Formats: sequence, C-alpha cells, structure tokens
Amino acid sequence: MSDGQRETTPGAGLVKGLATTLKTMVTPSHTAEYPHRLPELPPRSRGVIGLFEENCTVCMLCARECPDWCIYIDSHKEPVPPARPGGRERSRNVLDRFAIDYALCMYCGICIEACPFDALFWSPEFEYAEYDIRDMTHERDRLREWMWTVPPPPANDPGAPAPKEVDAAAKTAAKAEPPRSNDAARPQPPWEAGDDGG
Amino acid sequence: MNVAVEVAVRVVLVFAAFLLFPLVVGYMEHKAMAHMQGRLGPMYAGGFHGWAQLVADGVKFAQKEDIVPADADRTVFKLAPWIALLPYLLVLVVVPVGPGGLVGSDVDAGLFYALAVMSVGVVGAVMAGYASANKFALLGGIRVAAQLMAYELPLVLSAVSAAMAAGTLSLGGIVGAWRPWWLAWQLLALVVFLVAGVAELRRPPFDMPVADSEIIFGPYTEYTGLRFALFLLAEYAGIVVVSALATVLFLGGWKGPVLDAQLGWLWTCVKVLFVAFVVIWLRVSFPRLREDQLQRFAWMGLVPLALAQLLLTAIVKVAIS
Repeated sequence: MSDGQRETTPGAGLVKGLATTLKTMVTPSHTAEYPHRLPELPPRSRGVIGLFEENCTVCMLCARECPDWCIYIDSHKEPVPPARPGGRERSRNVLDRFAIDYALCMYCGICIEACPFDALFWSPEFEYAEYDIRDMTHERDRLREWMWTVPPPPANDPGAPAPKEVDAAAKTAAKAEPPRSNDAARPQPPWEAGDDGG
Repeated sequence: MNVAVEVAVRVVLVFAAFLLFPLVVGYMEHKAMAHMQGRLGPMYAGGFHGWAQLVADGVKFAQKEDIVPADADRTVFKLAPWIALLPYLLVLVVVPVGPGGLVGSDVDAGLFYALAVMSVGVVGAVMAGYASANKFALLGGIRVAAQLMAYELPLVLSAVSAAMAAGTLSLGGIVGAWRPWWLAWQLLALVVFLVAGVAELRRPPFDMPVADSEIIFGPYTEYTGLRFALFLLAEYAGIVVVSALATVLFLGGWKGPVLDAQLGWLWTCVKVLFVAFVVIWLRVSFPRLREDQLQRFAWMGLVPLALAQLLLTAIVKVAIS
C-alpha cells in the first residue's frame, strides 16, 4: 500500500493474504484439546511444589525466604537419647505441620532454591483447582503425595560441565580417601563423624 | 389438485433449502475460519467435529430474554429481523437448481426479480438501526444505507452483463445459454458481482456498518435472543443467495463436467458451496475497509470496472452475431 512498495504488482498483497490463509487451513492446527489430551510438559515446569519430608530438617529457610509468606511450618523438639552411656542428651526437630497456600503462592520457586536439604521439588502437575479457596492450602501429606509426580531431572546438554555437586563430591571423596584406612580401625556412629570435622 | 400438490412440494423444498443451506454455510465458516487461523473450531457439539454447533447456538438464542429498548419504535424494531430475512427466502424461490424446471418458480424476469427483492433485505438492517433508539445503531443503519447505494450499482451492472450475454432475463435461460468460455469473457463481471454482493451483505472486509470496534454491532446492537439469531441467519442466507446468483449468472449453474441432466442439482450445490467458501475466505484474509475507502472502492473501482465489462460484453456480443 505504501509508496515504498510501488514496484510490486497491484493486488499482490491481496493474493498473498489469500495464500497465507489457505496455507494455514491445510496445515494441521496447533490446538491441544486439553481435557481430553493432556499436555506433555517439560520436566522443569512449575506446576506444583512437592515436599520430600524425610529430607526436611525444619530449618525454616523456605518459610523465611518466601516472598508472600505462603509456607506454614510448625515443629517441636524431641530429645534424642545419648549415643553412648553417660553422654549428653541431644535434640532434633520434628516436623508437625508443613503447608503451602497455593492461593498465595506465586510460583517463584525461591523456596526450592533456598532449601539446603533437597526437600522441595517442582512437579509439572497443575490440575488442583478447588471450589473453596481454603482447600488451596496443601498440608504436608498432600505435599508429600506430589513428590511421586516429580520427574527425574533432565539430562545435561552434551558437552556441558558436570554439575557442581558432582565436582564437589568427587573432590571430597579424593580428600577423604587417605584417612579412611585409619578410620576403619575405629568404627564410629555417623553423627559423631561430623563432630570430628569441626 | 395436482397443481396444488406440486406447488406445496416446491415450497417445502425451497423452504428446506432455505433452512439447511445457511446452517451448512455457517458451519463451514466456523470450521474454515478456525483452520485458517490455526484452530480447530467447534469440536464437541453433536459429537462429530461439532456439526451441531449451530443447532446448539439456536437453542441458546431461543432461551435468551427478549428485550425491546424502552425508547425503541416497537413495531419497526420487531419487524426488522423478518424484513432482513424473508427477501432471501423469496429470492431462493427463483434460483434454478437443475435443468427441466428444477426451480421453485420459473419467473420470466427472474434476474430482475432476484435483484429487486434481494436489496429489500438491506432495508431490514436500516430499519433496525433506525428503530433501536441507539446512536450506534443509527450510525450503523446509515452506513448500511450508504453501502447499499454504493454497491447496488456495480452489482446490477455486472448482473446486466450476464443477462446481455445470454440475451434473456430468465435465470434458467441464462444458465441454458452459458458456455464455459464465458468464464473468461465474464470474469470481470463475476469478480465485481461477488465483491459487490459481499459488500451488500456487509460481510468482512466490507463490514463497516457493524464494525464492532467503533459502533458495537451497528444496527443489531440492541437485538437479543431470537431476533438477533434471525439477523445472523439472514447474513448466512444472504451468502447462500449471493453465491447461488453468482453460480447461476457466471458459473454455469447446473452445467458440470458430466451428467448435467441427472446431476445438475449436485453441480449447482457444489458451485454454491464453493462460492460461499470464497466469501468466507475473503472474510478471514482481509482487514476491514474504512468507510471512505469503502465508498471510494465502489464508486471509483467497481463501477468503472462494471461499465468496462458491459462494454466488452456488448462488443463481443455484436461480434458474435
């Protein structure tokens, strides 16, 4: 239409428009008939957060980092009997309640990043709409159930460096190799091993 | 008695076609437009690819509240949808479907009758715009009137070209005189007729009178329920009528590659549906013309083209005879 395109034949644009629509018509459409055919979501989709509560130490980092305070955690301390007779009694945190209010959650994933113990994971599941907003608060058993839907992490791209954790583990293993022979002579409960280090 | 039965059968058949074809075209528009936009369109109503979508729409329209605005001219307001719809039924009566009198009623001046009655349908929209007591409806109604003024002339001129080539005003006679090489001879007239016909139906890209982004829905703004459905039905019936007239005048009606006598009605239906598809195709492909572009296109584009075609028709006609 504009003067800059004068050199094209008149009506060429109209024919082009008709050709475009016709071409689109004969190519298969992109519509996904959702309720009947479920979408194939990539493993990193942010659908729902699953809680692997066996890993949770009630450190509260996730609740404190959450920007809109949608994570509720209650816990109490339980005494752990001394490891050896005459030792001091220890205590550990026991999780009483872990709930995420998905009516508040904005799916930023900061809690998952913040968790130092790998207790929170993304799952691609997204079909948990409710008729009552109060039902959007998922308690710990429901969060635990979501864990079964967490897919394995996708493989690294070819040629990518190994994950930091693998490097760190390999380095630690190499460092820990020599003293292991000494340690073998004196068996130790696992929680004492940490005390020796620092 | 025999005559009465025959008339009754013809009336029932025309009425059935009048009820069926707009729905077929409407469904085709749903599906063709959807696929042209990379969608699927209706998929669930009726089970198989949403074939009953328009039936479901009709049921929905029937359930809606019937509203007449307080300040509206009640009689005209209620009459308008019928005025918009019925002329297309009356045109369908004279459209020949097959050879040997396969037509609702064989009128001698069928072309004259069809063009005259068809433009009455536009009056329905003008009435609706006037009676609605709504400024957008009034504006839309005036635009409809202006569009009718502008596009009726090229529509008639191009139809006259076909009548001149055939030497008769009878629609059946035009089809009878039609020869395949007329496609090239009357190509310009066909294009002008189709464009002007689409414009007279206020179909996109000539839908300025119902431009939703500026005047809501033009003359139909205040309509709800069944009356609104009648206007929609009128639009699709209009597509059927314009496609049927284009088929009869320029595409040889019942004349197909084989078995004209037995399968004539089928060729007519195929051609009508093809032209209707082109009308839908135009809608999907092109953006709406502005009001001034619309008028300029009619007066400075289509009218001269139609006159040129008339001249060509006359020259060739004289050269042949």
